[in-house]
Amino acid sequence: MDATIDSSGATGRIPIHQAKSIGGLSDPLFVGALWASGIFVLILLGLIIAQLFLGGLPALQEFGLDFLWTASWNPVTEKYGALVMIYGTLFSAVIAVVVALPLSFGIAFFLTEIAPQPLKRPIGVAVQLLAAVPSIIYGMWGFFVIAPLMAAYVQPPLIDLLGPIPVLGALFQGPPLGSGMFTAGLILAVMIVPFITAMFVETLESVPPMLKESAYGVGCTTFEVYRNVSVPYGRTAMVGAVMLGLGRALGETMAVTFVIGNATRLSASLFAPGATIASTIANEFPEAPIGSLKLTSLLQLGFILFVISFIVLALSRALVRSRLD
Amino acid sequence: MKLTTIFGAAIAVAGTLIAGSASALDFNGAGASFPAPVYQSWGAKYKEKTGNGLNYQSIGSGGGQNQIINRTVDFGASDAPMESAKLASANLLQFPAVIGSIVATVNIDGIASDQLKLTGPILADIYLGKITKWNDKAIADLNAGVKLPDQAIVPVYRSDSSGTSYVFTSYLAEVSPEWKSKVGAATSVQWPAGAGAKGNEGVAGTVKNTKGGLGYVEFVYAAANKLVVTQLQNKAGKFLAPSVKSFMVAADAADWTGSKDFAASMLNTSGEGAWPIVSATYILLPKNPTNVEASKEVMKFFEWSYGKDGGEIAEKLHYIPLPESVVKRIEAAWKAEVKTPDGKPVF
Repeated sequence: MDATIDSSGATGRIPIHQAKSIGGLSDPLFVGALWASGIFVLILLGLIIAQLFLGGLPALQEFGLDFLWTASWNPVTEKYGALVMIYGTLFSAVIAVVVALPLSFGIAFFLTEIAPQPLKRPIGVAVQLLAAVPSIIYGMWGFFVIAPLMAAYVQPPLIDLLGPIPVLGALFQGPPLGSGMFTAGLILAVMIVPFITAMFVETLESVPPMLKESAYGVGCTTFEVYRNVSVPYGRTAMVGAVMLGLGRALGETMAVTFVIGNATRLSASLFAPGATIASTIANEFPEAPIGSLKLTSLLQLGFILFVISFIVLALSRALVRSRLD
Repeated sequence: MKLTTIFGAAIAVAGTLIAGSASALDFNGAGASFPAPVYQSWGAKYKEKTGNGLNYQSIGSGGGQNQIINRTVDFGASDAPMESAKLASANLLQFPAVIGSIVATVNIDGIASDQLKLTGPILADIYLGKITKWNDKAIADLNAGVKLPDQAIVPVYRSDSSGTSYVFTSYLAEVSPEWKSKVGAATSVQWPAGAGAKGNEGVAGTVKNTKGGLGYVEFVYAAANKLVVTQLQNKAGKFLAPSVKSFMVAADAADWTGSKDFAASMLNTSGEGAWPIVSATYILLPKNPTNVEASKEVMKFFEWSYGKDGGEIAEKLHYIPLPESVVKRIEAAWKAEVKTPDGKPVF
């Protein structure tokens, strides 16, 4: 190693005023490539939005804005509306967040405050690995394992116990199918836990130790530190993390298609089969002929999902950033 | 200028190389998933015999129709027949390839295969959400001596739009006026009751998981997976267990001569021993093929598949070969309709 440097130094040294600028061409090329990569993303996104919107335009022209709040999806009479899917998408995603939130809080706080050092890494890695499982695997697990368990042990007692109660009972109606909104929400929850947890951990770790130690110093318990220092400090970022998880749950397709029951009917019940925008597109797309109203309605659905995801993502970005600034 | 010449030459050389290395002619098809197993088995055997291979992608009937309209494949395959107007505007010839049937599968404690008796109108009422319990009087009256539980019926349907759903809903529309007016027949419909699952395996899996479940699947699938199937009443009033023989009776009873584009209905035919839900799956072939050689190969392939070898493979997979009279009419249609650009018959 030393020898090489020595020899090159001896023979290859050129006075600075004679040196050619080899960066003369490569630098603009490199910068140009970077610009191209950056602009490419913008163009791609713009084209996707434009394509979805234009593709779905005939459906919008046919049904008008009624498309948004029509609860019918009838390929026979060609009456299409997005309400059932929009409702199913939001409902299942909200169930997922409600289930995932306490779990993520628990894991994140355990990892940052309680876990003994040897346990931290295995649990952290396990949570990360959950994010690496392909969604089709979650779908099959949900379909073959969770749905039968729900149908046999969870849904019947809940329907018998809570079904007859007025108002609240509306959430627990129908035959115990196993599949349905609640099962879909559970599977989604498992899928978004890693994302929410990872961001929670990051937030909790960024809480200045001085704040926490001061709190401990005046005699706070672990729970009090958690409630009064850590969580308030990272509150907006945590809400942002939840929104990010919500965004992921909204667009999940394969796993949901397996377990949601795929019925285009509106129902308030947690156990009733439903449909999400993504699952409907996955189900109907192969049999939607070119130029048909069905295809344009599906593209319009895609556009709506895009808009919903965009809003959620924009909110989450704004919230995450507000703390950093 | 020079670059394009070199490029052109390179393509020409590559072209000859590819053509030279594969003296065999491969032809492409895409579409219906229901007949995909038999097309693939036929394709493998055909390649063994002739060296010419079929590349079939099972992407669904709608996808097959789209691809053949755009001419990206040599033939399209569809479970539901295409409407005559659409066939004419896309300049396509439609003919059946093979016949399949649909059976009902149930999950009730203590009920074995071929034991439960059901009728078309009862199936329609279950899927309409009007009959909701297995011990409903309508079902119990048909099944004297069978112990039926006081259990909710969970109707399960295909969530993905499919030719199977098209055939099944067409049957329900035929036997139940209420189904026809309220729901109708299509590759996917707005189901008034029940839950949807993806694919035959999804329906079979959900029925298996759900006590009181009822679903419809292709017989091919039910036979291969030993599902608990039911008897059905046919138009003649007989209760039958599904069997290849009963499907053949239905195929023979269909009105092949009177129906346009070979779209003969085999639903609810009047034969004594005819299974009520039987249907053909179709091939769509351009009448003005761009690749004449491939188009000719497609017809030669199906000519072979209609023969003895093809028939044996089909039956082994529980599909039903077409009646001979129909095959003759299809071959005549090939000669008369599929033409080269200068007007000569391709076949």
